[in-house]
Amino acid sequence: MLTFTVRRLVLAVPTLLFISLVIFLLLELAPGDPMAQVPLTVPPEVKEKMREALGLGQPMHVRFLKWLVQFFWVEPQVLFDHIFGTGFAEGKLRVLSWQTRSPVMDIVVQRIPQTLWVVGLSYVIGVLIALPIGIYSAYRQYSIFDQVGTFISMIGFSVPTFFTGVLLIVIFSVNLGWFPSIYDTTHKVTDWDSFVFQMRQLAMPVFVLALYNAAQISRFMRASMLDNLNQDYVRTARAKGLGERAVVLVHVLRNSMIPVVTVIALGAPQVFAGAIITEQVFKVNGLGHLLIGAIEANDLPTVQTLTFIFALLIVLFNIIADVLYGILDPRIRYD
Amino acid sequence: MTDDTNVNPIGALSDPMPSAPPRSQWVAVWEQFKTHKGALLGGIIFLIILLAVTIGPWVWPYDPTYIDIRARNQGPSFAHPLGTDQLGRDTLARMMAGGQVSVAVGITAMLLALVLGSFIGVLAGFFKRLDGPLMRLTDLFLALPLLPLLLVMVLLFRDPLNAAFGPETGIFILIVCAIGVTSWMPTARIVRGDVLALKEREFVLAARSIGTKNTKMITRHILPNVLSPIMVSATLGIANAIITESALSFLGLGFPPDFPTWGRLLFDATDYLQQYPERVFWPGLAISLTVLSVNYLGDGLRDALDPRIRGR
Repeated sequence: MLTFTVRRLVLAVPTLLFISLVIFLLLELAPGDPMAQVPLTVPPEVKEKMREALGLGQPMHVRFLKWLVQFFWVEPQVLFDHIFGTGFAEGKLRVLSWQTRSPVMDIVVQRIPQTLWVVGLSYVIGVLIALPIGIYSAYRQYSIFDQVGTFISMIGFSVPTFFTGVLLIVIFSVNLGWFPSIYDTTHKVTDWDSFVFQMRQLAMPVFVLALYNAAQISRFMRASMLDNLNQDYVRTARAKGLGERAVVLVHVLRNSMIPVVTVIALGAPQVFAGAIITEQVFKVNGLGHLLIGAIEANDLPTVQTLTFIFALLIVLFNIIADVLYGILDPRIRYD
Repeated sequence: MTDDTNVNPIGALSDPMPSAPPRSQWVAVWEQFKTHKGALLGGIIFLIILLAVTIGPWVWPYDPTYIDIRARNQGPSFAHPLGTDQLGRDTLARMMAGGQVSVAVGITAMLLALVLGSFIGVLAGFFKRLDGPLMRLTDLFLALPLLPLLLVMVLLFRDPLNAAFGPETGIFILIVCAIGVTSWMPTARIVRGDVLALKEREFVLAARSIGTKNTKMITRHILPNVLSPIMVSATLGIANAIITESALSFLGLGFPPDFPTWGRLLFDATDYLQQYPERVFWPGLAISLTVLSVNYLGDGLRDALDPRIRGR
């Protein structure tokens, strides 16, 4: 198992290098000129200097290597300095945003808490809702509960988040006035009242994302439970006189959870990318919002770094899913 | 065959002649499909939506781009069943025109993804030498963050394509290609798995033994047998493409403002959320209903095409 994990981690390096190259080349083809906003009265030689100041003067491969060094070597050093108070990264050039002229990773670190609050909470709630629904739907297949549950999960799966989000705003913010329609990022939780306000502003975005996630996971849970409920070992367990609770919640559930756990792990990074739309609807000042802003402003270093962070998450969670599968299912042997 | 007395060697020839031709596979599929009520309803609703967006604009008297500024912001009336927008354009006409674009994008992008996915899947499954590289390529594509990349692609290639093909055709080609290129991976994986299993079957060996060429083998023996997983991915592909196109339009990176699609109409309506909340409702409902019906269709098709479930 350990050798498998190490092998996967080593194999992830070329994958990530290739992905970063793809993103870099895609951005290289950008016709958008970062100098387009500079007034025409600025003389060309000054423009050339500005271009060089942005790091655009060098050939393509030099800039790619520079970005790699900045992202994989300088940024971890900055993190190390920040934690232990050392001075390894002093004076070294970091990945700078063209919009703000500040390091991209600093902005990312500022934005992560909002995304984690909304996205993380909604994913946890989604999983917690989905598992019992999936289990009970499969156990009472074709019952009223199953029919309604399957229908609702089909709706949650089909209705896009930008529609559910806007619909909730119309109903609960415009008509009823229960929840704020815009997420206030500067809000700090200090006492009970501010905590209640935080919960109120979290309610709608979290509900939208949780519904979407729960719909997908409960479908998987139901299918996986149905696969296992007809197995021979279930009949054996009942035949030897085990209670229904022990049969379903211990024997069947443990076996059905194997594929579901990997699906949950695989879905986690997709949630970050998919939350771009929800963040946009509720004006949550998170990573997705940052990406859209950077795309609109032609801020290539930020776009490159953010897209790569999303890719990094996907690759990482793929490895986690594979390793989990091997740990949970003793029939699978990678070595 | 130890007991020769009980066996009549020409018994098979005296069997009664079959009175009707054998039931075709597709009749059996249809029989099974009919039992799935949700799928049947989904299919009917999808057909109605298709008819409404293709024939509707011919029948409906108003042009989606005709501006009647004196009739702006009207509620539902007999002349305008869904009201008019802030420039006095008829909402129903815009919904139908927008649906035409959304459904066209969905179907074209699905076809592109399907062709790419089946091609790569069949190649990877059939030719052992290509299997490794092509599956690594699929894994790489699956590891790409798709929505951010789609946004970046639209941003980068919008202007050159607009210049080359005009604003509407250019963005149509761009969005169809972007969605197609980023959604072929599941199809390729499913098709490859099925082809790998089919290759070991006796009829492939028989065909090979009479000297069938590889191209003939794929078109004649492999492709017809992997048709059912391809059809199921097709329905799911339409749903995925429609949602992705609407999401792009909703983020303001899709079709230009005066060119209605369902996502664009929803995006424009959010500006008037406080005053006219019903404007958000119609395009959202249209997207959701289409995707829901297509998903149900896919569910039913999957059950109907699965020989293990059929006939039970």
